[in-house]
Amino acid sequence: MADRRTPATRVERALRSARDAGRRLPSPARAVRAVEFPLRAPSVPAGVEPPERKARLGAAYDTAWARSPAARLGRLALLEGVMRPVIRAVADPERRGYDRLVGLDGPAIFAANHLSHLDAGLLLTSLPEPWRHRAFAGAAADYFFDTRVKATMAALALNAIPIERTKVTRRSALLAADLIDDGWSMVIFPEGGRSPDGWGQPFRAGAAFLAVRCGVPVVPVHLEGTGRILPKGTSRLVPGTTRVTFGTPLRPSPDEDMRDLAARIEAAVTGLADEVAGDWYAARRRAHAGESPPLSGPDASAWRRAWALGDRRSHRRPARTPWPLRD
Amino acid sequence: MPRPGLVLDVDRSTPPILFHHGESFRLEKLPPGRSRIVYPAEPLAPLKDVAGAIDDALDHPLDSDPLSARLFPGMKLVIAFDDVSLPLPKMRRPDIRQRVIEAVLDRAAAAGVDDVRIIAALALHRRMTEAELRHAVGDRVYDAFAPEGRLYNHDAEDPDDLAFLGTTPHGEEVEINKRAAESDLLVYVNINIVSMDGGHKSTATGLASYRSIRHHHNPATMEHSRSFMDRHSSELHHANWRMGEVIRKAGVQVFQIETTLNTDTFGDTGPLSVLQKREWEWTTRDRVTFMGMKAGLDRMSASARRRIFQGWEAPYGVTSVTAGAVEPVHERTLEHCFAQHLVPVEGQTDVLTMGLPYICPYNVHSIMNPILVMCLGLGYFFNLYRGKPLVREGGVLILSHPTPWEFHPVHHPSYIDFFEEVLADTTDPKVMADTYEERYANDEWYRHLYRTSYAYHGVHPFYMWYWGAHALRHLGSVIIVGGDVKAVRRLGFRPASTLQDALEMATDTVGPQPTVTHLHNPPIVMADVT
Repeated sequence: MADRRTPATRVERALRSARDAGRRLPSPARAVRAVEFPLRAPSVPAGVEPPERKARLGAAYDTAWARSPAARLGRLALLEGVMRPVIRAVADPERRGYDRLVGLDGPAIFAANHLSHLDAGLLLTSLPEPWRHRAFAGAAADYFFDTRVKATMAALALNAIPIERTKVTRRSALLAADLIDDGWSMVIFPEGGRSPDGWGQPFRAGAAFLAVRCGVPVVPVHLEGTGRILPKGTSRLVPGTTRVTFGTPLRPSPDEDMRDLAARIEAAVTGLADEVAGDWYAARRRAHAGESPPLSGPDASAWRRAWALGDRRSHRRPARTPWPLRD
Repeated sequence: MPRPGLVLDVDRSTPPILFHHGESFRLEKLPPGRSRIVYPAEPLAPLKDVAGAIDDALDHPLDSDPLSARLFPGMKLVIAFDDVSLPLPKMRRPDIRQRVIEAVLDRAAAAGVDDVRIIAALALHRRMTEAELRHAVGDRVYDAFAPEGRLYNHDAEDPDDLAFLGTTPHGEEVEINKRAAESDLLVYVNINIVSMDGGHKSTATGLASYRSIRHHHNPATMEHSRSFMDRHSSELHHANWRMGEVIRKAGVQVFQIETTLNTDTFGDTGPLSVLQKREWEWTTRDRVTFMGMKAGLDRMSASARRRIFQGWEAPYGVTSVTAGAVEPVHERTLEHCFAQHLVPVEGQTDVLTMGLPYICPYNVHSIMNPILVMCLGLGYFFNLYRGKPLVREGGVLILSHPTPWEFHPVHHPSYIDFFEEVLADTTDPKVMADTYEERYANDEWYRHLYRTSYAYHGVHPFYMWYWGAHALRHLGSVIIVGGDVKAVRRLGFRPASTLQDALEMATDTVGPQPTVTHLHNPPIVMADVT
């Protein structure tokens, strides 16, 4: 019976030698792991209660430095030099409704639906002057501010402030209100997080609370398309097209309850979504009749909700057009 | 607080005065001691809350139920709006028509109105292009209505879409857009950039046919409109008001929405802002900007200059929005117009000078041909008076404009033949009306171009000439400074190289040492002459 193993070729032998040589080289990871105290943090002995450290991350992260002149200059460079070209390349945004902002004066709260991590960058680069370079974003404290690197990047690039999602605190709200009173505009996603399945989630009252508290208008914004490019649960970008639609600013009336205003904001974003999907007049007809298709999608089982999304959730590269065949 | 208009007596210390000269400018010295300059008022303060003013006008109209109460499910609604000839230059987005139309449609949507048509009321003007329609009504309205053919240009030659409504006591036939006539409600959205616009003229002219328009666009009517900027002394408006009465009696329900703009034409920043300042207030920066702009423009081709100027969008502010029944709305609108435009002037002058700018209502995105130069100077600017003309009877009008022998072949095909054939024969409005008008008006090729291309109606150049009929009868002579010599002579006017030459030539008609008045326009100014 003949030996079925064939002798290794010269190429295979060379590759094997290179791999072995690589294994013998010092590994940086191993070197880091080998470092001991005092070069690394001490371990806590069993049975000892270490003193409580003052929290410096999460909701306690201090973002004041991100509004210093130097940081603002850096953000200007990042926004215009990096973020804008990247957004253009990845999301190819079509922006509509700027005409609705004519006459809007002073700070405002831009409240948008939330589908993807791209949303903040897309919205910030879509804001017209004078709001674009004097805006801050509300970002989840437990996600964007859990490590120092992420917190620094969020504060520098988005001028983000941490917003508590898991518990009710006054700190975030007061900080946001102070900034709005100081002339800054806010970008906020009232759903509180990215859509898990492509459909919208109920709007929380944070934007409405701030609008009533500070007496500033809320601009409803509808973002469409970012869910196809970078939906929740993926890290792979699939370039596509997006649409950003600004709505008519909503001004809180003197005695308006924040829950009513929150409902108005949600209805306005829902109306914008309908406007983008069809035509403006038909959307207005449905809005007045209370028949706008809800952002949250049909109340049905998961597969039917996914089915109803159609290609709005499709996270696939579009098939390349085949070379036309000859007849 | 904006400053009112001003009549400045020219003395030796008066600096050279800005004359518009098509897509360029001239700085001219006027003879001291016997000259004066009529300056426009500064732009009135605009409304701070335009959306609120629109809502208030629609919900509290004059002599009418609120708009919402006149809308019901199953009704036929027509919204007509002024065409590309207004405002001049075009306004920055959002155009006031868009804002008003969106507010109207929002109420129609709330009332459950399905059957809506939106019509550009362009009478015998050229059709608006998609870009122009989008600019006027906005992308949202355009995208919602145009793809299904529910937003379109009025066609004054469509036999299937015209309705004959009757005849006035003066025998004037009234024929307007059929869809508008048969609607349950016709909402007309207008822009009153000058006092001539609006009122019954909106519907009776904007949505009418040639059969109807010819009754007031003729030499006799124009000669007796003194001026057509003053509706109470204008035969043009009297005819339109009679027609409006026929339209009302025919049962057409009109909800009129009129808007006025201030004269913030060139803004208070930017390269053109200097054009809005009085010359002695020009700063060093203004002077440098002006010299640089003029030097640059003088070195450009005519088409490049045209492209730059036609691209300019004025930062007008909205000064009023009024809605309801046609007549009370228009009276209120006129008050706002006159508050912005009127400047009291005492006595007439021997010689009236004007610098004509690059644009008139009929050359938007187009060429200002010699016929339009005549229409702008002798029609529009000459008629910017109330009471008496600024220049005495038998006086001289001096215009400054390059007057190129050049025509836009798509927009103005019948103008070319009019210039070559009719003006070569006569410049008398009555003679040309009797001899040539009918043939041009009923020419099948012109009709085809008007209906399917972007051409003005075949009869339009005649109307442009009639527009100046009052001035032609009133004036002793017309001189054009810096114009194409052959084109100026074809118009029946006298060419001059410089203003000083023109003033010298004027003495042949009005005698030595004539008084001179310069109308410093644009921004728009209207003389209230006593």
